[in-house]
Amino acid sequence: MAKELKLMKGNEAIARAMIASGTDGYFGYPITPQSEVMETLMAEKPWETTGMVVLQAESELASINMVYGGAATGKKVATSSSSPGISLMQEGLTYLAGAEIPCVIMNAMRGGPGLGTIQPAQSDYFQSVKGGGHGDYQLYTIAPSSVQEMYDFVFDAWDIAFKYRNPVLILTDGAIGQCMEKCYTRDFIPRWTEEERRQHAPWGTWGKPANRSHNIITSLELESSRQEVFNQKLQAKYREMEEKEVRFEALNCEDADYIFVAYGTSARICMKSMELARAKGLKVGLLRLITLYPFPKKQIAELAKKVKGMLCVEMSAGQMIEDVKLAANCSIPIEHYGRFGGIIPSPEEVLEAMEKEIVK
Amino acid sequence: MTEEIIIAGFGGQGVLSMGKILAYSGVMEDKEVSWMPSYGPEQRGGTSNVTVIISDERICSPIISKYDTAIVLNQQSLDKFENTVKPGGLLIYDPNGITREPTRKDVNIYKIAATEKAQEMGISKVFNMVVLGGFLKLKPIVGSEFIHKGLEKSLPARHHNLIPQNEEAIEIGKGLIEAVHTL
Repeated sequence: MAKELKLMKGNEAIARAMIASGTDGYFGYPITPQSEVMETLMAEKPWETTGMVVLQAESELASINMVYGGAATGKKVATSSSSPGISLMQEGLTYLAGAEIPCVIMNAMRGGPGLGTIQPAQSDYFQSVKGGGHGDYQLYTIAPSSVQEMYDFVFDAWDIAFKYRNPVLILTDGAIGQCMEKCYTRDFIPRWTEEERRQHAPWGTWGKPANRSHNIITSLELESSRQEVFNQKLQAKYREMEEKEVRFEALNCEDADYIFVAYGTSARICMKSMELARAKGLKVGLLRLITLYPFPKKQIAELAKKVKGMLCVEMSAGQMIEDVKLAANCSIPIEHYGRFGGIIPSPEEVLEAMEKEIVK
Repeated sequence: MTEEIIIAGFGGQGVLSMGKILAYSGVMEDKEVSWMPSYGPEQRGGTSNVTVIISDERICSPIISKYDTAIVLNQQSLDKFENTVKPGGLLIYDPNGITREPTRKDVNIYKIAATEKAQEMGISKVFNMVVLGGFLKLKPIVGSEFIHKGLEKSLPARHHNLIPQNEEAIEIGKGLIEAVHTL
């Protein structure tokens, strides 16, 4: 299928991008607010066109372990879920990170804790970038803030996942998942042939010809000294990502006195708050985080030297603010504003918080 | 040009599809659009609403709390959204089933008896297109040729034979809308 301009929901964009980016398999279990991902895949029947496998697993535990199995062979395998389902997947995620298996996971965050609500939230930040599962590992975490980015970031996610042999988390929420916007689709990238797969994933469990040595994909290592060397290698990989793969968008930051720091849905709301602020004569900018891990530490440190204060806006009780404060070394006033439990703040109340907490 | 619209009513009134047709028409006219439905338990409770934004520029938030236009199709929606219209904005309602009329003095208020009209026409399904016509009469933010393309894009091919009927309903809506209070 060729390039096309369509109006589609964010969840639909994720599914269509999976097909178009040459994904080999999707294993998932339905949960609001992202069920349209599998719905779209089932309706599109990619197994008849690209040969992509789409399977509804019996649970999130099954789907993440199917991802492990499929992706260990060097295939492009993905899953998606929402907060409670992603919590169930945490064991699988740390195993995937520990075994250095590239894969793509999408989390459409909803209000927690527990089963919580089905409305949008951003309260899984800690879980996404500070572990979630056990051990010293990182997921490359990317946060789309539009339907177009939902689509594009699936392609980017495969690049990163295979470049670094690391799981990639697309962290979004029900608002972007359910919202319809314009989306330019891309030319299909064919699924890798067997030959190409061996080239892209020389480490994969694709068989043992006579000229190949014994190859096991595992996160188990009983010898501590070897585990430490392996962990150092992982850390070096994470430092390289921090060096090379940070993404963000700075809007109106050049002349700003104050800035909003936000990602995903909150960043969209802040764009409007920024517009309202500028109309009032307040020099307000927005640093929209695109990667949450790696975190744009340097950019925040630089901005902290120029601006008088920052308001972190997140649909949580205040999680991302910890990293913003660390990056800025608490050198300027930095406050959090957020609603949670599935409530989305209005642009007006976000601006009011900026005026009350930061501008004063 | 940026037009921020909320359309609200009962589930089944075609609120979401009316928004979708409007949004698709905007896409056809090369504008930026967003379509944000309420998908939570409130939708399951019978009321339904959608925020549609059509703009010449990049759209900030698809989720907003103040609107240029509110199109409300039942009493609950009128109660909920009357106060969210920006001063100088537009409020359109269908008088069917309305027991408390809008009272704002700082907005333009129009009514459109679309439920009654659609029943009279014998095709209750085009109700939402009658309402859309009324809105487009007051705010022709997308051209009628693009509405046609929008209908083509948003309706599945098997329903394309219904496009003339929908367009007729839009035209009827244009004639049906009447001012209640104007600035």
